[in-house]
Amino acid sequence: MSNQLEIKNLTANIGDKPILKDFNLTIPKGEVHALMGPNGTGKSTLAKVIAGHEDYEVTSGEILVDGENILGMEPDEISHAGVFLAFQYPMEIPGVSIANFIRAALQARMEEGETFDAPAYYRELYEKMDLLQMDRKFTSRSLNEGFSGGEKKRCEILQMSMLEPTYCIMDETDSGLDIDALKVVSNGVNLMRGEDRGILVITHYQRLLEYIVPDQVHVMWDGAIVQSGDKELAIELEAKGYEWVKNELATAGA
Amino acid sequence: MINPSPIEIDRDKGNFSYETDYEFDAGVGLNEEVVKYISQVKGEDEWITDFRLKALNVFNRLPMPTHWASKDLENIHFEKIRYYLAKGQKPSRTWEEVPDEVKETFERLGIPEQERKFLAGVEAQFDSEAAYSRMKDNLEKEGVIFVGSTEGLKEYPEIFRKFFGKVIPTGDNKFAALNSAVFSGGSFIYVPPGVKVSQPLQAYFRINAENFGQFERTLIIADEGAEVTYMEGCTAPKFETSTLHSAVVELVALKGAKIQYITVQNWSNNVFNLVTKRGLAEEDAEIKWIDCNIGSRLTMKYPGVILNGRRARGEVLSIALANNGQHQDTGAKMIHRADETTSNIISKSISVGEGCATYRGQVHIPEHLKGCKNNTECDALLINTNSRTDTFPAITVRGDDNSVQHEASVSKVSAEQIFYMMQRGLSEGEAMSLSVNGFVNDLTKFFPMEYSVELKRLIELEMEGSVG
Repeated sequence: MSNQLEIKNLTANIGDKPILKDFNLTIPKGEVHALMGPNGTGKSTLAKVIAGHEDYEVTSGEILVDGENILGMEPDEISHAGVFLAFQYPMEIPGVSIANFIRAALQARMEEGETFDAPAYYRELYEKMDLLQMDRKFTSRSLNEGFSGGEKKRCEILQMSMLEPTYCIMDETDSGLDIDALKVVSNGVNLMRGEDRGILVITHYQRLLEYIVPDQVHVMWDGAIVQSGDKELAIELEAKGYEWVKNELATAGA
Repeated sequence: MINPSPIEIDRDKGNFSYETDYEFDAGVGLNEEVVKYISQVKGEDEWITDFRLKALNVFNRLPMPTHWASKDLENIHFEKIRYYLAKGQKPSRTWEEVPDEVKETFERLGIPEQERKFLAGVEAQFDSEAAYSRMKDNLEKEGVIFVGSTEGLKEYPEIFRKFFGKVIPTGDNKFAALNSAVFSGGSFIYVPPGVKVSQPLQAYFRINAENFGQFERTLIIADEGAEVTYMEGCTAPKFETSTLHSAVVELVALKGAKIQYITVQNWSNNVFNLVTKRGLAEEDAEIKWIDCNIGSRLTMKYPGVILNGRRARGEVLSIALANNGQHQDTGAKMIHRADETTSNIISKSISVGEGCATYRGQVHIPEHLKGCKNNTECDALLINTNSRTDTFPAITVRGDDNSVQHEASVSKVSAEQIFYMMQRGLSEGEAMSLSVNGFVNDLTKFFPMEYSVELKRLIELEMEGSVG
């Protein structure tokens, strides 16, 4: 299918340990999906495998971006294919300003012979920063260096909005955020919602989903999705806790 | 993702591969005859011939500094090296006189638009004889001498002789002795009292075959209250054939004078680059070395300042990038010899793959001095697990009234950082060069703009070549 991010029968290991077990998920353009689950079920692994992290060995399955299999591609190629991963723990790159970093990322996408329009770039950058309610001084700071949790996540959202990916994977974007930062970040994600974009929000808590209302909610357990539903599922999950899922599974398995 | 195996960098773009048609060739190997031949070809006075021959003796007598430096020095085969090659012509002084082959080389460098800015001043000078003479006239009107060292020795012996070999005596080290025996090329600059040369002087101004020699000898004298900036090197020069480069650079800043000496060098990785650079700063004078070393098989270079007069200031800002198969053994020396003298050393080294970077510093403040200050900062960046860095800061500070500050750090570009940047679309090479540029950023902002741009490009070239 050419209008969706499709993960099919994905099995991935770290070392000998299987983390993703025959995982399946499809995110069509125009939709926001939430992936929930307790720690250690493989949510972050999924994000990294999609982005092409070398630590994971994929033993079977496919990841299709608009029909093209991205498995085995280098992380930069996957990025060029339109996949953006907002990191749970964004890395610090000392001495490299946010503005220069985003610029380098955009330049890396240019065709040979194309020239970079710096004034247009800064115009766009400042527009988006205004939308995200960011101080303009922000982008002259070294990327993530000494940032608070909230600043790091905002920086991820700014990069995402500048790179305009087709599919966004947001890994625990709400972790380490106070309520104000959560609102700003959610606002940023909501601004990115649209017909031409699919978004996967990975989260531990239902709280984020009050601000980013998902079209679908999936519950992950032990390397696979065990339950899917609409936004009500998240609320139910919040009320009953993950133990509920565990018990349901035990019952089903018995 | 990160490939640690050594990969040859495509340096073809910087190759000087034009036809070599040398009229004078001292042959292979080093002995008295060779030294006499060089001196004779250059038509030198007897005292210089004697100076050279004495230096040859010192060179033969001095041991290799392998007791503290790399054993790799033992792989230099002095008997297989050509010590002098020159075309018979006088140094080319205008663009028209520059041999076509050299022009072609510049053409082939494909210097990008941004960098042309840096060259523009030069190219404008080269473009027409009139422009070039205008610059020369302006300098001459003010009494500034800017010639090759051979010409300087011949035409200005009274100034040259007074300072020549005084800052770096022949016996300073084995390679200074070698240079003293066979030197050719390099610049001689004299700036008269009170004259402030506004434009940086560059070796580009006097292109000639000698200028790219292996045993350059440069002497810069700024008389009282004078100011001058000298720029050496560019992205290009590289000699596949001459594997030993051993220059000597002496700076003399008399009372209240200021000298800034800037080097950005990029050698192919078969070159031994063993250079002695030192300045003498008299009262209220200031000497600043900006030194960037990229490439070479082994670079040993420790620019120094002898702070000889009260309130003299010395500074070394250096960047060394050691890629696979390369060893950058660099550092700085600050010898305080008068009260209230201050020195500042900031050294940044980057080791990539199997590259090895060593910092050696020497700061000496004797007990009888008062009010002296030194600040030393050494930062090392490691990329890939196999790279290595060593720091040997020797700081001797005696006396209660002197202060010293030393900071050192080692950081790493992690695989996770590279992954993060690649996730944003940067290639591995781009990600690495961006981290390296970030690492040197707080230092390069003190460099002249053109040079930081050039350095940035060099780093990119080097990092792209280092990934698989």
